[in-house]
Amino acid sequence: MPLLLDLFLTFFKIGAFTFGGGYAMLPLFQAETLAKGWAGEAEIINFIAVSESTPGPFAINMSTYIGMEKSGLLGALCATLGVVLPSFIVILIVARIFEKFKSNRIVRGCMAGLKPAVIGLIASAVISVGLTVFCPKGASLDIFKNEAFYISLFIFALMTFLIFRFKKLHPILIICLSAVIGIAAGYLFAIPPLSV
Amino acid sequence: MSKTDQNSKLRRIFTLFTTFFRIGAFTFGGGYAMIPLIQRDVVEKHKWITDDDILEIVAIAESTPGPIAINSATFIGYRVAGFFGAFFATFGVVLPSFVIISLISLLLNEFQSITAVRYAFFGIRAGVLALLLKALVGMYRKCPKKIVSYCVIAFAFILSVFTEINLLFVIIGCALIGLIYSLALEKRAKNGNE
Repeated sequence: MPLLLDLFLTFFKIGAFTFGGGYAMLPLFQAETLAKGWAGEAEIINFIAVSESTPGPFAINMSTYIGMEKSGLLGALCATLGVVLPSFIVILIVARIFEKFKSNRIVRGCMAGLKPAVIGLIASAVISVGLTVFCPKGASLDIFKNEAFYISLFIFALMTFLIFRFKKLHPILIICLSAVIGIAAGYLFAIPPLSV
Repeated sequence: MSKTDQNSKLRRIFTLFTTFFRIGAFTFGGGYAMIPLIQRDVVEKHKWITDDDILEIVAIAESTPGPIAINSATFIGYRVAGFFGAFFATFGVVLPSFVIISLISLLLNEFQSITAVRYAFFGIRAGVLALLLKALVGMYRKCPKKIVSYCVIAFAFILSVFTEINLLFVIIGCALIGLIYSLALEKRAKNGNE
């Protein structure tokens, strides 16, 4: 299949099967891009940070980025169009039958299953991100001799504390602080740059 | 349609575009972060829809596929100015991200080999894990606390962590579980009333 068509169809599928906002798209996005070899695990997490620090919806940022990486501006266009189109079509239909849709038993029933499903899937995505952060590919398996493991653990613990203690803290602040600690610790412990 | 009507519709479509462009350019994180801005611009400033409509739009956006930002832009655009309203509102909300990310993706490749940047992303990944954890806890708190919810969470989680099964099937399966459960509840309530 030509790459542009593949980008469009893959992101169309992701757009059509994501319910809910924010990170609801992450599990599908992770599964599809990893399966296609469009991005590595660490690259996806890096990109979550870029997406949090730039305006706009996560879904659009993600699809534009992968499309751009794989096939330039046309690729970005196809991927973004793909992710937007399902919503656009469905909402145009729903807007006409709004009242019926709202009280439809089948829609309500499906939602009773979809909402918790997203939580279970995101929980699994968080675990896979955790594995990538703490035990990245190619890192020493002996975590007790691995400074990178302890630095990651320290940053994760500190940021978790800050996020839950100060609820108004902007995500960008968390990202900047993590970056500063990462740079300082990286030079301080002379971590081989290629391993991180 | 008279000429003045057409003019005012064109103007409305243009305002939809600029309004949603601004919303897309100034919200970080998308989705729910966008709701207060929509409220200020679309409800208070232009009075295109009411506060009650906003609640309904959020409910609809949650129960239809796709990002909340896109769903709300399309829905409000359609309400205000029909198909072209929907089109330009959606186009407006997508455009800022599209432009910014296209530029950033060019820069990222340039910088990724620099040691300091590698260290920065090494630190950032641990921070992102904390942000994801927060998002997960937030979603869990908003979910109805019912046995069926816990079962579906466990079902989706276990299938996705321990098996290679396609996530689309997991999502469809969970929707079916919710549907069967709700219909069964309804039936029982009906039988109880008789």
